[in-house]
Amino acid sequence: MGIEQIYTEVLQEHLNSKRNKHPITNPTVRLNGVNPSCGDEIELELRMTDGVIEDAGYTGRGCAISQASTSIMIDLIKGKSVEEAVKLADTFFGMIKHEITDEEKLEILEDAIALKDISHMPARVKCAVLGWHTLKDGIATNPNNG
Amino acid sequence: MSNPFRKDFPILDSTFNNKPLVYLDNAATSQKPDSVIKAVEDYYRKQNANPYRGLYQLSVAATDAYEEARSITAEFINAKSSKEIIFTRNSTEALNLIAYSYGRSVLKAGDEIVIPISEHHSNILPWQQLVKEKGAVLSYLYLDKNGYLLEEDIENKITERTKIVSIAHVSNVLGTVYPIEKIIQKAHSVGAVVIVDTAQGIPHYPVDVKQWDVDFLVFSGHKMLAPMGIGVLYGKEELLDNMPPFLTGGEMIEYVYEQEATFAPLPNKFEAGTPNVGGAVGLAEAIRYINQVGYDTIQNIEEELRDHALKELSQIPDVVVYGETKAGRDRCGVISFNVEGVHPHDTSSILDADGIAIRAGHHCAQPLMNYMDVAATCRASFYFYNTIEDIDTFIHSLKKVRRWLGYGN
Ligand SMILES: Cc1ncc(COP(=O)(O)O)c(C=O)c1O
Ligand SMILES: [Zn+2]
Repeated sequence: MGIEQIYTEVLQEHLNSKRNKHPITNPTVRLNGVNPSCGDEIELELRMTDGVIEDAGYTGRGCAISQASTSIMIDLIKGKSVEEAVKLADTFFGMIKHEITDEEKLEILEDAIALKDISHMPARVKCAVLGWHTLKDGIATNPNNG
Repeated sequence: MSNPFRKDFPILDSTFNNKPLVYLDNAATSQKPDSVIKAVEDYYRKQNANPYRGLYQLSVAATDAYEEARSITAEFINAKSSKEIIFTRNSTEALNLIAYSYGRSVLKAGDEIVIPISEHHSNILPWQQLVKEKGAVLSYLYLDKNGYLLEEDIENKITERTKIVSIAHVSNVLGTVYPIEKIIQKAHSVGAVVIVDTAQGIPHYPVDVKQWDVDFLVFSGHKMLAPMGIGVLYGKEELLDNMPPFLTGGEMIEYVYEQEATFAPLPNKFEAGTPNVGGAVGLAEAIRYINQVGYDTIQNIEEELRDHALKELSQIPDVVVYGETKAGRDRCGVISFNVEGVHPHDTSSILDADGIAIRAGHHCAQPLMNYMDVAATCRASFYFYNTIEDIDTFIHSLKKVRRWLGYGN
């Protein structure tokens, strides 16, 4: 998939729907992620109960890739356990770094697979991983992540 | 219309995604003509040795090559003597040298340094550090919405308290050409010293330090056809003579004792360590090339490119251009813009898919970005080897950006 498809098919839906772009009620974790070189900024909110991510949302501004990648991530992690979310994040990093290429292993990433070719655009890797890094940091700082 | 100089730049034949490279990031660094590449290669093939240090013929050849480059540079900016030319790595190093050597030795608590809000970080951070150290004040000249310095700021902020005025010749974000002579007159009338950062100026406009009566001038070779890693600091001899060294070590000394040393005379006093002779040779060749093309020709080509680009950009709805939008004399071919609703990084990636290289981000000018209240911009910047076709390709691609991001047509 070339960059044209990444933009037209995958990101648009997330950018335009903005369905995950809002604060959530009673978040247990709120964390800022910034990408200084790009100026991308997100604030990620999670509500975690008994080791499960019940709800998640984000606000912020930045490029289409950082914003859409975060939105896709939120679709994926909602309702998952912390362990599952960490595994998703690590799989995502593995895909972007070209360390995991086995299609079957990538399947759990669902829509996020569309961002695979970002691995050929080193300048944009930071944008694609911003949300996921913020998620991992958020989980690590949460005292009751189960 | 074909551009007679394009063929001298081998990199311009590259392709990306099977599309010919359209290089519009000249404000970041220029491409290099064959003659410069060849001159550097020849130096390493035939003349390379450590200059000054060897007593054998090859070292003398390297010293001569280096000193010839210095004379050519002195002549290029009409310096009084080649002693006034200090080679540095780039503009950043030259500005730091001035701040830490000159600035640190003259500045006192309560003194002021004046710079425009549009400066590159390299002309902000050394002053921020210095005023903190000295309890001095860093004061800014602001811009009107077309990117010109506010007259009243020039009048009112350069005062008896001002010790240093440091200003870019041309803005690397807005392309504004600043009224250097006027600033210098005003600063000199209150006894301040003026530094002109012509990193974005000298690639396009001739500079004459005597005519300006400027105290210090800095520029980077790599933005004017020379290799990376060679830059220039010009300073009036009497100023440089009285300044303490910046870096110390080899090459800049006369005698060294256990606890004391005496320093070499100008220019070596400011050139500690083995210099970049290959870079200096490349710079000398770049100067020859620019002189051969001629600044008149460079300006004629660039004005046509700039006017065409501004006109085309003004016709795309949802594109905003920052700074002066009309073709005018006080604007160089550096154009910052944004596509409404689209982050500059996305615009840049989409153009990149068509082989077009532009810059996106804060352009090392965050205070200006804050002042203009934008997070980042795209920037297209031209040089005389660009063509009208380059601009048409760029405009054509730019028109697709919003559609790619799902904004109808
Ligand atoms: C106006 C201006 N000053 C200084 C610099 C710094 O140049 P260098 O990175 O070569 O030191 C730049 C480079 O972008 C510039 O545009
Ligand atoms: Zn980004």
